[in-house]
Amino acid sequence: MNGVHDMGGMDGFGKVEPEPNEPMFHAPWEGRVMAMVRAMGAQGAFNIDASRFARESLPPEVYLSSSYYKKWFLALERHLDALGMAGRDEVDAAHALHAGAPLKRGKFTVKDVERIMVRGSFGRDAKAPAIFKIGDKVRAKNINPLTHTRLPRYVRGHSGIVERINGCHVFPDTAAHDKGENPQWLYTVVFDARDLWGDDADPTLKVSIDAFEPYLERA
Amino acid sequence: MAHDHDHSHDHHHHDHEHSELSETQLRVRALETVLTEKGYVDPAALDAIVEAYETKIGPRNGARVVAKAWTDPAFKQALLDDASKAIGTLGHVARVGDHLIAVENTPQRHNMVVCTLCSCYPWEMLGLPPVWYKASPYRSRAVKDPRGVLADFGVTLPKDTEIRVWDSTAETRFLVLPMRPAGTEGWSEERLADIVTRDSMIGTGLPKAAP
Repeated sequence: MNGVHDMGGMDGFGKVEPEPNEPMFHAPWEGRVMAMVRAMGAQGAFNIDASRFARESLPPEVYLSSSYYKKWFLALERHLDALGMAGRDEVDAAHALHAGAPLKRGKFTVKDVERIMVRGSFGRDAKAPAIFKIGDKVRAKNINPLTHTRLPRYVRGHSGIVERINGCHVFPDTAAHDKGENPQWLYTVVFDARDLWGDDADPTLKVSIDAFEPYLERA
Repeated sequence: MAHDHDHSHDHHHHDHEHSELSETQLRVRALETVLTEKGYVDPAALDAIVEAYETKIGPRNGARVVAKAWTDPAFKQALLDDASKAIGTLGHVARVGDHLIAVENTPQRHNMVVCTLCSCYPWEMLGLPPVWYKASPYRSRAVKDPRGVLADFGVTLPKDTEIRVWDSTAETRFLVLPMRPAGTEGWSEERLADIVTRDSMIGTGLPKAAP
């Protein structure tokens, strides 16, 4: 979806403000939110793509004005409500009021913690050979789905060069919407900044994205 | 909440946000109670996740990998060929998932990593990302004006250095291998790891200079 989360190349957000000696969490609730999202995801309530889509789907004004973990919390609340796992009424009451939908892999317990400290693997066996090879000139398609996609707006319609082939991976565009892993070849495609931003762009700048095969066409 | 960027780290506004934060805090606690009562999560397991990120997983992991690459050419080559596999051979560093890609800074080329769409970051190597990495100014500007972003960090690169920005749009993750500073010849890995900053592995900073 063409949401405000797709920020590459937008202007007006101001300076980057590094915080010296930044704590891991700015309040204890931030850590609880992070842990709940990881735990519920690990047990199969949602996959990573669905949880990203839940955050992208927050109202734009909420997305832009909320801190990072506030966004995570608001999206988690909506998501678990939609899944029938934790209703708004229950969060209002601070107690379980009705039976919840079953969790695919059961309760998240201490023995599950170590497993989630390593990122899951998203590589899958290929069903067909890769269409593009290193050095090919490709164009990012002009697509504007209302659904989840990982093709940022700032590259759409622009041409770049295939620099790496990263194997075949779960396709977020379908996985986010319960339409299966649908594995696709994943390429690192590098763009010249002048193609993306025009003649005034920094001539020393190149930008790459990792693009799934369905995002690309031969240029 | 009048500011136009993510400012959860801006202490001047904490009083202003106090009631909102309390409300969030209460709702977070309420949600945890509901998930616990329904048997979805054991709160002790949530404690363990938080503790792991607070105490075990941080940029020291990445710094040790960089220091090893600086002192061991065969490891460096293996790291650049397949970072996940190479780091897997180091028993003393945290385990790492698949699809980690190490990108090397050279006098000709400086690498910088961003996630314009959300907050993808090599957690196992660097810990959880800092607020600025996840906030709008960095995500919007890194792919268009990286030299301006570097200036915000007090970093200036030669005018003709190529800048390569890696937008983490998939489940690949990127670790920048910074250049080893002059004057560190003969240093141990441990001593070298001390000068490898988190930002130097994101590409928004450089290693600390040798004294």
